[in-house]
Amino acid sequence: MAEEIQGTEKETAMLEVRHLKAGYGTLKGFVRAVDDVSLSLAKGGFLGIAGESGCGKSTLAYAIMRLLKDNARIESGEVLFKGRELVGLPESEMRKLRWAEIAMVFQSAMNALNPVLSVGEQLSDAALAHRPDMKKKEAMDLAVEMLELVDINADRLKSYPHQLSGGMKQRVMIAMALMLKPDLLIMDEPTTALDVVVQRTIIEKIDDLRKKLGFSVIFITHDLSLLVEISDTLAVMYAGKICEYGRAAELFESAHHPYTRGLMNSFPTLTGPISRMGGIEGHAPDLLAPPPGCRFAPRCPKAGPECSAREPELVDMGGGRLCACHKPEVSNA
Amino acid sequence: MIRDFFKTLVSNRKSLVGLCILGFLVFVALLAPVIAPYDPKADRTVTIKPLTEADRTEDELSSDTPADDEDLSTYRVTTTQDFEKHTKYFPLRAKPSAKHILGTNHAGNDLFSQLVWGSRTSLLVGLGTGLFVTFISLTLALLAGYLGGAADDIISFITNIMLVIPGLPLMIVIAAYVTMKGVFPIVLILGLTDWPYPTRVLRSQVLTLKNRDFVRVSKALGEKTSFVVFREILPNMISIVMAEFFQACMSAMLGEATLEFIGLGNLSVVSWGTILYWAQTNGALLSGAWWWFLPPGLCIALMGTAFILINFAIDEISNPKLRRR
Amino acid sequence: MPENNSSDILKENSGAASRAAAQGAAGLQPSAAPALELKSVYKHFPLRGLSAHGRAVHAMDDVSLTLESGGSLALVGESGSGKTTTASVIARIYEQDSGHIIVDGEEARPFRSRAEALQYKKKVQLIFQDPFGSLNPTHTIRQILERPLLIHGIVKNRGELDAKLNEILELVGLCPPGEYLDRYPHELSGGQRQRVNIARTFALEPEIVLADEPTSMLDVSIRMGIMNMMLDLKAKRGVSYLYITHDLAGARYMCSRIAVMYAGMLMEVGPTDEVISEALHPYVKLLKAASPAPELGLSRGRVAAKGEIPSLVDPPSGCRFHPRCPYAKASCSESMPELREVGPGHLVRCFEV
Repeated sequence: MAEEIQGTEKETAMLEVRHLKAGYGTLKGFVRAVDDVSLSLAKGGFLGIAGESGCGKSTLAYAIMRLLKDNARIESGEVLFKGRELVGLPESEMRKLRWAEIAMVFQSAMNALNPVLSVGEQLSDAALAHRPDMKKKEAMDLAVEMLELVDINADRLKSYPHQLSGGMKQRVMIAMALMLKPDLLIMDEPTTALDVVVQRTIIEKIDDLRKKLGFSVIFITHDLSLLVEISDTLAVMYAGKICEYGRAAELFESAHHPYTRGLMNSFPTLTGPISRMGGIEGHAPDLLAPPPGCRFAPRCPKAGPECSAREPELVDMGGGRLCACHKPEVSNA
Repeated sequence: MIRDFFKTLVSNRKSLVGLCILGFLVFVALLAPVIAPYDPKADRTVTIKPLTEADRTEDELSSDTPADDEDLSTYRVTTTQDFEKHTKYFPLRAKPSAKHILGTNHAGNDLFSQLVWGSRTSLLVGLGTGLFVTFISLTLALLAGYLGGAADDIISFITNIMLVIPGLPLMIVIAAYVTMKGVFPIVLILGLTDWPYPTRVLRSQVLTLKNRDFVRVSKALGEKTSFVVFREILPNMISIVMAEFFQACMSAMLGEATLEFIGLGNLSVVSWGTILYWAQTNGALLSGAWWWFLPPGLCIALMGTAFILINFAIDEISNPKLRRR
Repeated sequence: MPENNSSDILKENSGAASRAAAQGAAGLQPSAAPALELKSVYKHFPLRGLSAHGRAVHAMDDVSLTLESGGSLALVGESGSGKTTTASVIARIYEQDSGHIIVDGEEARPFRSRAEALQYKKKVQLIFQDPFGSLNPTHTIRQILERPLLIHGIVKNRGELDAKLNEILELVGLCPPGEYLDRYPHELSGGQRQRVNIARTFALEPEIVLADEPTSMLDVSIRMGIMNMMLDLKAKRGVSYLYITHDLAGARYMCSRIAVMYAGMLMEVGPTDEVISEALHPYVKLLKAASPAPELGLSRGRVAAKGEIPSLVDPPSGCRFHPRCPYAKASCSESMPELREVGPGHLVRCFEV
C-alpha cells in the first residue's frame, strides 16, 4: 500500500495532491503525463518539483490550476486547496479562485506580454479581469505597488515590453501573478531563458516576497542544482511519477533513489574537487508506452529483475523522506 | 518529406474532398472525347451515306423532305459513287432535351459538350499558369532571399512596384493589346501579372531559412552555394511552395474565366469563361436560360472550392499548431 | 555528495606533461606554437537605418586569447557578452575589423579561393547550441554526415564512405550505426542529435573545435554524457577546444583555462581553477556568487546584484562593469583598465585588483 504523505499540519496544508492522474490524448493514444502523483505543501512553504522535459511536471501544474487544454484531462485523484477539492469544481467557481488565491507564472512568461500594451495596462488588466468590481484607478495603484515590490521603478508603468530586458519582463510577470495577493504561486520554469546573474536575482526576489507576503510557492524546473539551494522540500519526477520527495538539503546530501543520485552526479561542481562524473545513461521513455515495472529501470545502474517486473511504490523512509524504489541506496555517500 | 506531405493532404477531410473534386475534374478533362456527346464547336451532325444503285431512285430522293433544321443533298464524288449527305442542324438556344442535356447555345453548339471540353482549357490554363508562376516566383525568391545585396534590392523593388499595380486592370490592358492565338497568350498574361505576391511570400521564407542553424552549419562545412540553396533550403520550403502553387492555380483559373467573360480572351477557344461570355452577350441571363450560364459558373466555383479545400491541409502542414491532435 | 570514480579521474591541468601525453596519444608532435591566437581583435556591427547615427554594436573590443595545442579554453559570459561573435569570427563567418587571428602559426586572411576556404574549415570547426536546429529536418542522418566527407574529399569511394560513416557514429556512441543512418532528426532524442552534430564536426578531423554552448539546450541528465564524450574525444584525437558557455561549473569541468567576457571585453583570463577559486575581478565574483552551487548549501548569502548587462551599442564609459561594481571608484568610469598580469598566465582587467 502506498504510504499517505504526512504533512506536518495536515489540516492546514495549503495544497494536497492525492493520487492524481492526468494526461492528454494524441493521435497515437492517451499519454498519462501525471501518473499517480501525490504531494503536499505547507502554508508558506517552498516546494520544488524537478524533472526533465516530458516528465509531466508542467501537466501537473496545469492540472492543479485546472487549466488543462481541450485534449487533456484529469483522470482521477484529488487536489485539495486549503481543504477544498478542486477536481470537479465547476469552472465558475474555479475562476474565482484563479489569480485571487492561486496564481501561475508560465513557462516563457516574458514572451506572453502583449507587445502593444504598456506594462501598467497589462498589470491592471490582470487585476480587473479577476475583480471586476475594482476601479481602474485602484487597479493602477495596485500595479504601481506591485512593480515596486519587484524592484521596478514606477515610471516604468508606461513602458512597453520591448523596452524592458528579459529579467525585468520576468519580474513584471511575477508582479502580475501577485496582483491579487494569492496564497499559492505556481511557477513553471521561470528562470530558464535568463542569464545566471538575473536568475539568481529573480530567485532571491521570490524568496523575499514569500517571506514578506506569506504565500506558498511551487517551483518547477529541470535544473535541480538551482532547487537544492532555495526549496524547503523537493520532489523529483521521472516519466510521470514522483520517484523521491523530501527536504531539499537532505536530498542533496543523501539521495536514495538512483535517478536522484544520477542527477546529483550530473552537475559539475563549482567548488569541489574536479573529477570525472557519471551522469545518467540513455534517455527518458516515451510516455505512450512506458517500460514495464519501474520506469527508470532501463537506465538504472542498479536495476535488478524485480525492477522491471513490479512498479515500486512511494515508501516512507523516515524523516519526511519518500522514495519509490525497490533498491534504494540508504548509505550516505 | 514529400511522402508525409501527401499523407497529410489525404488525411485532412476537407482537402480529401478537394482532391476528389479536382481528381474528378481532371478525369472529365482527360476523357472529354469519350464523355462529350458532340464536338463542342459542332452545330450540326452530318451523316454521309454512300448511295447504292438501289437507293437512287427519283422517288426515294424526292420523298425525303428535309425538316427545317435539316439539309439533304446528294452529290457525286469523282469516283463512281454517289453519296447522300444528311445534315441535321442542332436547334439554336434550345432548352435541355434528351439529345442535348444542357441545351444549345446561340450557334447551336451542344452546351454539355462545351462544358466537358471546356474543363480541359480551364484546367490547362489553371495548372499551366500555376506552374509558370511558381517557377518564376521561386526562382526570384531564391535569388533575392539567398543572395541578398544588390540582387535582393533590384528584385524586391520590381516586385513591390508590380504589387502596387492592380492586377485585374493590368491584365485587361495587356489583353486588349495582345492578339490571341490559342491559349498560350492567356497563360503568359496571367503568369506575368500573378508572380509578385508569391515571390514576396517565398522570399521571406528563404530569409527565415537562411538564418537557421543547419544552413549556417552547411556553409561552415564549406558547402557550395548552389548546394545550400537546392539541397538545404529548398526541401524545407516544399509545403509553402505547394501552397502558393495551388493559390496560383486558382487565381489563374479565375483570371482566365474573367478575361474570357469580358471578351478579352480568345473567344474561339472553348472554355467555361467563353461559355459565360456568349451566355451574357446573348441575353441568357435576362431570358433566364439557367442551363446556359449556371453549369459553367458552377464548374468554376467547384474548381475554386477544390483548391481552397486543399489549401486547408496545406495550412495545417505549414502551421503545425492547427493540426488536430 | 556526488559520486566520483576515483580510478578514472580526469583532471586537466595546463602542465606540459599532460599535454604532451595527450598529443603523444594522438600521434602528434608536441609543439610549442599555440593552436589558436587572437591578438587585439575588434569587431563592430554598424547599425543600419535612419536612427543609426553611425553607431555600432561593439561585439568584440580588444579580445586577445591563446589556445594551446591540445588544450582547452573556456570562454564564459552571459548573453550580450560577445562570446558567440568571437566564435563566429574565429570560424571566419565574419571578418574582424582589426586585430590578428593566428591559426597554427599562420595568420588567417580573407579567403582567396575555395580551396583555401575549405582548408581552413577543415581545421577549424564549430558546434552549435541547438541540436535540432543544426540538422536539416528533410535529410536523413546518412545524408547529413555524408556532406562534410564528400565536400572535403575525405573519402574516395562508396566503400570508404560507408566505413567512415560507421566509424564516426561509433566514435560518438551511436551504436549500432546502421540503426541511426536512415533516421530523420525528429526521430532522435536531443542527446542523440547533439551526438550527430559532434560526429559531423569530428568527421573532418579538425584541429580546433569551437563549441558554442553545446549542452545548454539539452536535458540535465544528458549533459554530463555529452561533456564526458567531448573530453574523451579530445584525449583520443588531440583537438583543441574553445568551449563557450555561461556555466562556470561546466567551464571548470571541461577546460584548463578560462576567459571571462563582459560586454564585448575580456575581464579575466587564467587557469580555470585559480580564476574561479580566487575570483579576483568583481564580475567574476558576481558570476561565482550567482552560479548554483548545491554543495555549499544554504550557507550562501544574498547576491543582491544591481543593474543589468549593458547594451553593446552604448557601452558604459571606462570600465564597462563599473555601473554594477560594488568597488567602483571615480577612476573606473573615466578610463579603461588594461589586462594586467597578476600571476603566471593570469590576467585581470581591473583597477582595484
